[in-house]
Amino acid sequence: MSEAHLSVGIAQHVEGFSLDVAFEAGPGVTGIIGPSGAGKSMTLSAIAGLTRPERARIALGDEVFVDTARGIFMPPEQRRVGYVFQEARLFPHLSVAENLDYGAKRRGSAGAMTRAEVIDLLGIGALLDRRPHRLSGGEAQRVAIGRALLSAPRLLLMDEPLSSLDIRRRREIMPFLEALHRQLDLPILFISHNIDEIVRLADRVLVLHGGRIAASGEVAEVLNRLDVQSLILGADDNAADPATILEARVSRHDAAHYLTELDIGGASLAVPALTLAPGARVRLRLHARDIALATERPAALSIQNVIEAKIVEIKTAGPSQVDVELAVGAQLRLFARITNRAAEQLQLASGRPVWALVKSVALAGDLSDGARAT
Amino acid sequence: MTDWGGWLSPGEAQALWLSLKTGVAGTALSLPPGVAVAWALARGRFRGKFALDGLVHMPLVLPPVVTGYLLLILFGHKGPIGHFFETWLGFTLAFNWKGAALASAVMGFPLLVRAIRLAFETVDPRLEAAARTLGAGRMDVFTSITLPLVMPGIIAGTLLGFARALGEFGATITFVANIPGETQTLPIALYSALQVPDGEINALRFVGLSILLAVGALAASEYFARAQQRRIRGTT
Repeated sequence: MSEAHLSVGIAQHVEGFSLDVAFEAGPGVTGIIGPSGAGKSMTLSAIAGLTRPERARIALGDEVFVDTARGIFMPPEQRRVGYVFQEARLFPHLSVAENLDYGAKRRGSAGAMTRAEVIDLLGIGALLDRRPHRLSGGEAQRVAIGRALLSAPRLLLMDEPLSSLDIRRRREIMPFLEALHRQLDLPILFISHNIDEIVRLADRVLVLHGGRIAASGEVAEVLNRLDVQSLILGADDNAADPATILEARVSRHDAAHYLTELDIGGASLAVPALTLAPGARVRLRLHARDIALATERPAALSIQNVIEAKIVEIKTAGPSQVDVELAVGAQLRLFARITNRAAEQLQLASGRPVWALVKSVALAGDLSDGARAT
Repeated sequence: MTDWGGWLSPGEAQALWLSLKTGVAGTALSLPPGVAVAWALARGRFRGKFALDGLVHMPLVLPPVVTGYLLLILFGHKGPIGHFFETWLGFTLAFNWKGAALASAVMGFPLLVRAIRLAFETVDPRLEAAARTLGAGRMDVFTSITLPLVMPGIIAGTLLGFARALGEFGATITFVANIPGETQTLPIALYSALQVPDGEINALRFVGLSILLAVGALAASEYFARAQQRRIRGTT
């Protein structure tokens, strides 16, 4: 489905806020991240046709949704855009089954996945006869996702579908979203203000700030930028430590110790056993506060994930702390957050070789606690 | 006329039948414009909304005699609208049961609109937006989402308007007078009975009938509203 390529350009002013964005999105998940009020939802609602921007050109393949220059505005019902909102927005007077079929009935077909497949994927088979008020938040959101999928969409918009749910419900829905991602060959725009969700689901990321696109591109590349991290985490960057997102490859399993060795390009990390075949790719997130430094290779230590690195730069991070930027191999950059005093006593300086001790590794997007390394 | 098996006198049966007939006709007449006006007042953004709101509420605050007299001026034989109806549609409203139905429709209209408008205001526009992204056009959204969600309000409003129509007196007697078998509805028959010496017993029977009818309408309203609520929210 190479024609399913979304191209968006929107300029809109509403009550003192101006949105001015332009981007392209192909098949796969494009994560949209940014602080609240950045214009994320406004962008999606213009794409869906729920709002009319003053100036815009939005097209999916060769189908033009909006072109204000040519006076084109396609009403939302003709766009075939599946929209999953923050709240489930199920129709209260219809049963779950009727909600699911609402779009399919009007579009004449269910779309790329059949009704049975969607019901199976989302695990909502037992809920079909229920009314929306008798669903839990997580169930309702799953039904809402199913309803959007069954409306034969050519584009899927998801506006923080997990934000109204508690951590347990999030964990319950996340696997469904991942499975969805693998099964659908259409552009999916996924809004979130949670880096973990983006890292886990997105192929590309778009960072929105103050109605403008602050950065866009590969997830790891964009989210590893410190300016982007501080944009997302807010101005209070002393509290939030930098994190590095990296792509790793499963190199081997240590069955005797229930560990999996990951190759992170120039170094290796051991994490609790993963159910992935050697060669599989995973995304990891290393937080600066989880990395300690040593100037000599530590001999007797329980932390076994020790990586040889070189100091690139030392930056102040508040009155008592510094962030030490480390180079591992040619490409990998890591950060370690340590105290001022430690940096002084160890006489750390740019160019000095050190050993980074990784206390824990967060398997990207794993919304549970980071997988503890040994 | 239906045989009421001697349970009611012919006069009473006639008044009851007329009341029901004018009430049902009047409510049915006011329902479509009532829904439209309620929707416009709840959702519309247009000039003159305030004026429309005022106009709709007018019969509620004006003395009914004034409303009846205005109807007579407009819809009577010589009135502009009445004249038009007579010449072009062969249709007379003055001094017959159709006029009584119109009077009760006008008097019940504000109550009907209020109830339905409130219901429209409780419908979440975000549900309608969701429906549109699922492929439903404006009319489709209205009939498949909005209307079912306001149905309890429509039922409540309709029965309220109907109950009001049953009690209509002032505007009716001014507009279409007091003609037994034609415009003499229950309240007017009650009034007439009171004008006759020793009419108290008859009057009491009319009072009883009126109470029965009103309680019936209220009970029906409650029943339907609850059934609808159950259907939508699954609770009572």
